[in-house]
Amino acid sequence: MERRHLPLGGRLRGPVTLLALAAVPVAVLAVFFVLPVVGMVGRGFRPEGHWDVGGVLDVLARPQVHRVLWFTVWTSTAATAVTLVLGLPAAYVLHRLTVPLRRVVRAALLVPFVLPTVVVGVAFRQLFTGPLAWLHVDGTPWAILAGLVFFNAAVVVRAVGAAWESLDPRPGEAAAALGASPGTVFRTVTLPALRPAIVGAGSVVFLFCATSFGVVLTLGGLRYASVETEIYLLTTNLLDLQGAAALSLLQLLVVVALLLIGARSRPMRTSTQRAPARPRRPRRGDLPQLAVTVLLLAFVALPLATLLIGSLQVDGHWSLANYRALDSTGSHQALLEPATTALNLSLRIAVDATLLALTLGLLVALSVTRRARTRGERRLRGILDALFMLPLGVSAVTLGFGFLVTLDRPPLDLRDSPWLVPIAQALVALPLVVRTLVPALLGIDDRQRQAAASLGAGPWRAVLVVDVPVLWRPLLASAGFAFAASLGEFGATSFLARDENATLPVVIYRLLGHPGAMNYGMALAASCVLAATTAVVMLVVERLRVPSLGVL
Amino acid sequence: MRLRALATIGVTVLLATTACSVSTKNDSGPDDTTSAPVPSGSTASAAPKIKDVVLVTHDSWSLPKKLVAQWEQQTGYHLVVRSNGDAGKLTNKLVLTQGNPDGDVSFGVDNTFATRALKANVFAPYTPASVPTGVSGYDVEGDGGQHLTPIDHSDVCVNVDTTWFAAHHLTPPTTLDDLTKPAYKNLFVTPGASTSSPGMAFLLATIAAYGDGWQSYWSKLMANGAEITDGWDQAYEVEFTQGGGKGKRPIVLSYDSDPAYTVKGGTTSTQALLDTCFTEVEYAGVLTGAKNVPGAKAFVEWLLSPQVQAALPRSMYVFPVVPGTPLPADWTRFAKQPTNPLTVSPAEIDANREKWLQQWSDVTSR
Repeated sequence: MERRHLPLGGRLRGPVTLLALAAVPVAVLAVFFVLPVVGMVGRGFRPEGHWDVGGVLDVLARPQVHRVLWFTVWTSTAATAVTLVLGLPAAYVLHRLTVPLRRVVRAALLVPFVLPTVVVGVAFRQLFTGPLAWLHVDGTPWAILAGLVFFNAAVVVRAVGAAWESLDPRPGEAAAALGASPGTVFRTVTLPALRPAIVGAGSVVFLFCATSFGVVLTLGGLRYASVETEIYLLTTNLLDLQGAAALSLLQLLVVVALLLIGARSRPMRTSTQRAPARPRRPRRGDLPQLAVTVLLLAFVALPLATLLIGSLQVDGHWSLANYRALDSTGSHQALLEPATTALNLSLRIAVDATLLALTLGLLVALSVTRRARTRGERRLRGILDALFMLPLGVSAVTLGFGFLVTLDRPPLDLRDSPWLVPIAQALVALPLVVRTLVPALLGIDDRQRQAAASLGAGPWRAVLVVDVPVLWRPLLASAGFAFAASLGEFGATSFLARDENATLPVVIYRLLGHPGAMNYGMALAASCVLAATTAVVMLVVERLRVPSLGVL
Repeated sequence: MRLRALATIGVTVLLATTACSVSTKNDSGPDDTTSAPVPSGSTASAAPKIKDVVLVTHDSWSLPKKLVAQWEQQTGYHLVVRSNGDAGKLTNKLVLTQGNPDGDVSFGVDNTFATRALKANVFAPYTPASVPTGVSGYDVEGDGGQHLTPIDHSDVCVNVDTTWFAAHHLTPPTTLDDLTKPAYKNLFVTPGASTSSPGMAFLLATIAAYGDGWQSYWSKLMANGAEITDGWDQAYEVEFTQGGGKGKRPIVLSYDSDPAYTVKGGTTSTQALLDTCFTEVEYAGVLTGAKNVPGAKAFVEWLLSPQVQAALPRSMYVFPVVPGTPLPADWTRFAKQPTNPLTVSPAEIDANREKWLQQWSDVTSR
């Protein structure tokens, strides 16, 4: 019996299995990401049907390109640094200390993640020109930085916080017993252990910042151009496809470089720790961290409060009329369907996108965490791992137009498929799912699987008794993440959503574009509904949370 | 623990019951009327009539549901609307999908983008059988209505909040020159030319008015504290004193029909400055490679019908192109149109757009 089973268990690990497991997600990525992006960039390289690589390279010499590249790199780097500086203490406080309402706060922190940038931009501007006018940041790069930090703080808090929670406290305690000061313990024990999580979260934040579009335009007041806004201008206004192709390639290069750095600092294998730290009461020494957390929360809460107050006012009076109007089509027929229909549809699409992202993410995670026995296999695994991060780093305009120009004839005549929106959203959510599942899978000691096999379990049974019990909670947690990402996705969705089935962010954008105070109020109310929906979903996920979740 | 188990079951059930919701919606949805099968390669008139007419348009598209339903009933067609972005994004989408368009007919390419679309052969030749007199005056120069049929027009003008000026005992400005005067410092807001079509129209208005001197006009405008936003919504709703966000600037770039939307108690609180206007004309046309050519033609014809023309002001804030179309009462009273708007020819716009936008960015970036 044993002789029959062991080779089977081994078979699940070979390069063939690796490819088989990854085949479906790779195919989906190839059709819905690689093909459209290559198709769109290819048009820039072949303007009249002939190859013209020189033309694209010439674009790279334009002074404007250097300007936007420099602006993108420095704002994204600065925003990532500020997000980490504010996010790390908050991660500590919200995951290691027993502060009141920490579940609610952690769920609320994810709300900015789904809010349409247009709406947040408006809220920020009202702050910067109203109560915070004395800061004199309106229309400066500082306003852009503030917006970027607002959107991304949650990524750091969640990813680093989760790693911190599962950190074995014993090495730190041992160091302290040997006489190390709290500062020394942090520097020599805690920080090195958290480094993978910090680098992982930092690179995701950097990608989000580098590809952010609405924040730069709304808060920078058009005076600043980033690579992303420049691609948008070149593609949608000037139809300068060569220029857009050159910038898209630059974007890809930056992303790939970043992924390489990230992959180096990520551990290949960590062991699940068996003594999870219990959160403890705050002490006096925690005051600085608590102060930073309060600062961060105030910073996130202010624009949200502005939004909420705006949505509850009609003609300067308190009223719920904006919310009641959500089941109408707005004044002067701004919408084709009521906003409530859009919310309903958003939720349904988010369910589909979440299921897709989970299925694909699970397959990717399983294949990249199988133990590699040769160097080639390990390298292949690394490439696969990085490949699925790419959708975060590519412009939604390039992808959106790419869908239109490549998926337009049989056998891939998918432009009108109702599945296109959920698939596009699933691709955006996929990196978040993979980054949550991979650490959990890596935490499983392979010897457990071997033990299961030697006790007579077949390969699938081994997965069922060893992997599944560890995985189901991270799975649910990443479902929440994917759900939120799908609910808030605007860039690619706005290209693909049809009028009869516009999602809520698309509807909010439409309402803002039509005159009439009621449409404006409805847009604010719809944003608040979107925010509340996300918060509720996140709270449910918080209830199901695992202590050891996720290195992004 | 129990709570968690319950929540887990709840989530699982939710996921299971709503799974594949898109496809189920599609199977039972009332508005999903698929086209009748078309025999491949057959172009004979005996081919069964395709039901769906797919309209590719911009975000501002809107007509009363009743009107559309009437048309669908009369003709037996079903209108499918695909709207996205502004006139620029729409035009580029049409150019990129030329030959294999994502629809049959398009509405919304305007005079600032018309030349680009015509040069790329986006539109098939078609002129409605009976074009009402007076409409051809809006034709694209050089096309003469052969591909593009004018549907509506509107003027992008500087608007002022008259109540604000009355309250501050200040005479409102009336000309483009006035906007650079110290009395109006920090009062003007406009959407940017690179990201907004009304913003682009305003840039064109200044180019028409000042010729080669437009850049120095813009430097004076910027020196006088003009604010530039990315979109019309930001300028109007957030910055303008009459917008939803109760902003701080009483002069905004918007449309000549706006005064009809700020009517309260029989008077309007805004006024369009008629010497600052640039006319935008919107066109419709049958797309090259359309699957449902008869449907597309019927749709263009319908857009010129008296009912649609009369509905345009209320639905899309634009003026009908057919002369003599009755306007809503508050429009005839408050929406004054310029008699002599500023113009730049479509061909000139197409040839210089990139250069002008680059120069504009240089002047407006500080």
